[in-house]
Amino acid sequence: MELDAKIPEGPLEKKWSNYKAQAKLVNPANRKKLPVIVVGTGLAGSSAAASLAEQGYPVYSFCFQDSARRAHSVAAQGGVNAAKNYQNDGDSVYRMFYDTLKGGDFRAREANVYRLAECSLNLIDQAVAQGVPFAREYGGYLSNRSFGGVQVSRTFYARGQTGQQLLLGAYQALMRQVAAGKVDLYSRHEMLDLVVIDGKAKGIIARNLDTGAIERFAAEAVVIATGGFGKIYYLSTLAMGCNGSAIWRAHKRGALMACPSWTQIHPTCLPQAGDYQSKLTLMSESLRNDGRIWVPKLANEERQANDIPEEERDYYLERRYPSFGNLAPRDISSRAAKERIDAGFGVGAQRNAVYLDFSKAIQEQGKDKVKEKYGNLFSMYKKITADDAYTAPMKISPAAHFSMGGLWVDYELMTTIPGLFAIGEANFGDHGANRLGANSLLQACVDGYFILPYTLANYLSGELKKERLTIHHPQFELVEKEVTGQLERLCQINGTKTTDYFHKQLGKLLYDQCGLSRSEAGLKAAIKGIQVLREEFYKDLIVPGTQGEINAELEKAGRVADYLEIAELMCNDALSRKESCGAHFREEYQTAEGEALRDDENYCYVSAWEWKGENTAPVLHPEPLVFEFIKLSVRSYS
Amino acid sequence: MRVHLKIWRQKDAGTAGKLMDYELDNVDNHMSFLEMMDTLNEQLILKGEMPVEFDHDCREGICGTCGMMINGQAHGPVPGLTACQLHMREFEDGATIYVEPFRAAAFPVKRDLKVDRSAFDRIIQAGGFITASTGQPAEANTILITHETAESAFDSAACIGCGACVATCKNSSAALFTSAKIAHLAKIPQGEKEAAKRVLKMVSRMDEEGFGHCSNTEACEVECPQGISVLNIARMNWEYTKANLLKD
Ligand SMILES: Cc1cc2nc3c(=O)[nH]c(=O)nc-3n(C[C@H](O)[C@H](O)[C@H](O)COP(=O)(O)OP(=O)(O)OC[C@H]3O[C@@H](n4cnc5c(N)ncnc54)[C@H](O)[C@@H]3O)c2cc1C
Ligand code: SF4
Ligand code: FES
Repeated sequence: MELDAKIPEGPLEKKWSNYKAQAKLVNPANRKKLPVIVVGTGLAGSSAAASLAEQGYPVYSFCFQDSARRAHSVAAQGGVNAAKNYQNDGDSVYRMFYDTLKGGDFRAREANVYRLAECSLNLIDQAVAQGVPFAREYGGYLSNRSFGGVQVSRTFYARGQTGQQLLLGAYQALMRQVAAGKVDLYSRHEMLDLVVIDGKAKGIIARNLDTGAIERFAAEAVVIATGGFGKIYYLSTLAMGCNGSAIWRAHKRGALMACPSWTQIHPTCLPQAGDYQSKLTLMSESLRNDGRIWVPKLANEERQANDIPEEERDYYLERRYPSFGNLAPRDISSRAAKERIDAGFGVGAQRNAVYLDFSKAIQEQGKDKVKEKYGNLFSMYKKITADDAYTAPMKISPAAHFSMGGLWVDYELMTTIPGLFAIGEANFGDHGANRLGANSLLQACVDGYFILPYTLANYLSGELKKERLTIHHPQFELVEKEVTGQLERLCQINGTKTTDYFHKQLGKLLYDQCGLSRSEAGLKAAIKGIQVLREEFYKDLIVPGTQGEINAELEKAGRVADYLEIAELMCNDALSRKESCGAHFREEYQTAEGEALRDDENYCYVSAWEWKGENTAPVLHPEPLVFEFIKLSVRSYS
Repeated sequence: MRVHLKIWRQKDAGTAGKLMDYELDNVDNHMSFLEMMDTLNEQLILKGEMPVEFDHDCREGICGTCGMMINGQAHGPVPGLTACQLHMREFEDGATIYVEPFRAAAFPVKRDLKVDRSAFDRIIQAGGFITASTGQPAEANTILITHETAESAFDSAACIGCGACVATCKNSSAALFTSAKIAHLAKIPQGEKEAAKRVLKMVSRMDEEGFGHCSNTEACEVECPQGISVLNIARMNWEYTKANLLKD
């Protein structure tokens, strides 16, 4: 299989406008005849569904939550990037493009990343038009702050609830289209399979989670916007229902998965307190603007943080990366924390954390100023831990956070199945091997508001004259049977262990072997471990109740069944890449200083994987990354 | 620690429900309330019983999915928290805890603690948006909004749509939820243009959905996890009166 990324001709800054100038359109009268399914109502899904409906396509919109507004985009705290250069601090589209590419360790396409930076300008305008209450200066102008991995202030924010506010803007735009009768909303519906007819995506099978009914939906294109699958690690910053099922079912129907093992482990989360723990809460990265990260110089230190004198503290980020210090990119910060924790310098009851200290900021700026900037985060910290971060440092720890990997898409955001598009965190795209903070709200919005409306039309224009298929096509029948068969199988095992048991085992295995650092031996052992766990799952799982009713346990079991397969592909992906880049750190490939050692000669490609069936090895299709406009460099933050 | 739970069990909207007793003795006081519920469910499943269905997703107080009455209070005893942010350290060892769904005619029970809050979406559909199409909006800094106005709009916009205000109100009024959106959009120049149309439509939809009238008890504000102020309701009433006066 030859992968064609379909990058438009021309100079970097002209590619997207050239594409738009040449893309085919669909006449407004004909749009009504071309229904589109959009799975997901996060920033990517809502923005896409609203934009497509405004253009006149009938849209079916799906989410598993009880309201579109609850998609996990809602939880993003820190902000959204745009190269507006309002601060006049040297920012530009080009600089943002370069920062993003470099932040991703040069494992993304130049053209895609440039387009992301280019469209960022418009996104802020869009959000403001929708009423998003971004932070403002006293004079009324928009305010900015800076985020990890960059040296300019290009992050726009709405207190600590930027994702919520952006999502509400998109959700409200979507609700407006629902009211106008242009979007049919299916909340509490989970996509369980993709229907491919004559090689093209033509519909989905979904389960109504409130009744258990299996329903069929036909359309001329399917857009997957189901977010990230970091919940595969069990403990993560994602929501409980986040899943990889939609992309995995699409993968098994022929869509390639790209770089599935590239997971961002976020450095500033609250540490695990016990076995019962169900999620790890993120503390916004913006805290690293003023907080200083340290561990005691003495291993297994018994003293409280405030009793440890200055000279006995190791500010390891400032020490190792003097020019970026506490604002070093996420992969680097997380790995540095793990290195200290593994070496015995961890703090807290479980010795699994590092300190994030605000005493210097409070001393220099005053408590009020610190409170104004981070008050809601400090109070969140207190709610969860009962500790006061104004008087003693926070304890933080890395946690699984973001999937850089996902469905392989070309420049048009189309997967290898014609008519199947993937947008937002569900695709592999602009972030390469490591995502910069505040770039993914941006990517989700840009995909949905600005890119898909053009690229989807370009595809649909070719479908106009084709025959319309209905849900009575035999392929729908067939796929539906497979879906109900799998649900029945899960309900009938009647074993002795709950879904959570398997999910926790899987999560630990992956975190240890396919998390912050990976090795050949570890990955090979993990693959065996996953296979054993999967076998045990199908022998000893217990799911109460039936498929024909509300059944949260069955929902979970279905997701974990898919995770047990995705995990194996992740390990294979990590195993095949014999270099370190971004979040992918192979212990065998590092510099003498312990930094990632990239191998541009042999691995400057996107790993796209093809499903070959159960118990058959997946096949790798490398998509070479060609850099025409920039020179690859060693990513240095020291 | 050990807790005695009295949990509302109800098969569906058409079946009568009742409180059932459960004992749980392996509760860690660092657990969140929902992790305690997970632990209970784990035990029920292993005993071959049906677990308690409850709504939850983000587990960090922002999605608004979790919602239950805990000892008669929406989201439990601690002000400013959602159920998912509540921790077991707030309860005494040996405590008896009542867990029930949010109750309101407009929020029918689906099963156990899960309720149908889709009426909230329909209130937003009636006008809780700015009529701005996507694509080519005006440059953001051409609309100046003072720091104070932006902060005040944010205060209103912070609502998570959880429904605690409705569950707490003796009239089951959705005034706090509805007014928060009306106020958010009326306060800013982009939204103020259609404020009159918006308030009339949203208020009438709120009534059609079967929510009760606001009688200014202010109980909603006390239970709101986001601290949405009843001043929003005053703003809604003002916008409503203004819109009616200027209608013709
Ligand atoms: C805690 C946290 C903080 C973050 N902070 C930031 C930040 O400050 N800045 C930033 O840029 N990024 C941040 N991110 C990342 C960013 O929020 C996400 O990458 C982005 O919001 C993803 O948007 P999305 O639309 O792709 O997916 P989501 O918002 O996750 O939406 C997924 C949608 O798909 C639906 N869905 C999923 N599976 C199915 C299925 N099988 N069937 C039907 N529907 C389904 C869900 O119901 C939901 O509607 C953060 C992420 C987290 C977890
Ligand atoms: S106003 Fe408060 S209580 Fe009511 S829905 Fe919004 S956040 Fe919940
Ligand atoms: S689960 Fe999201 S607010 Fe509680």
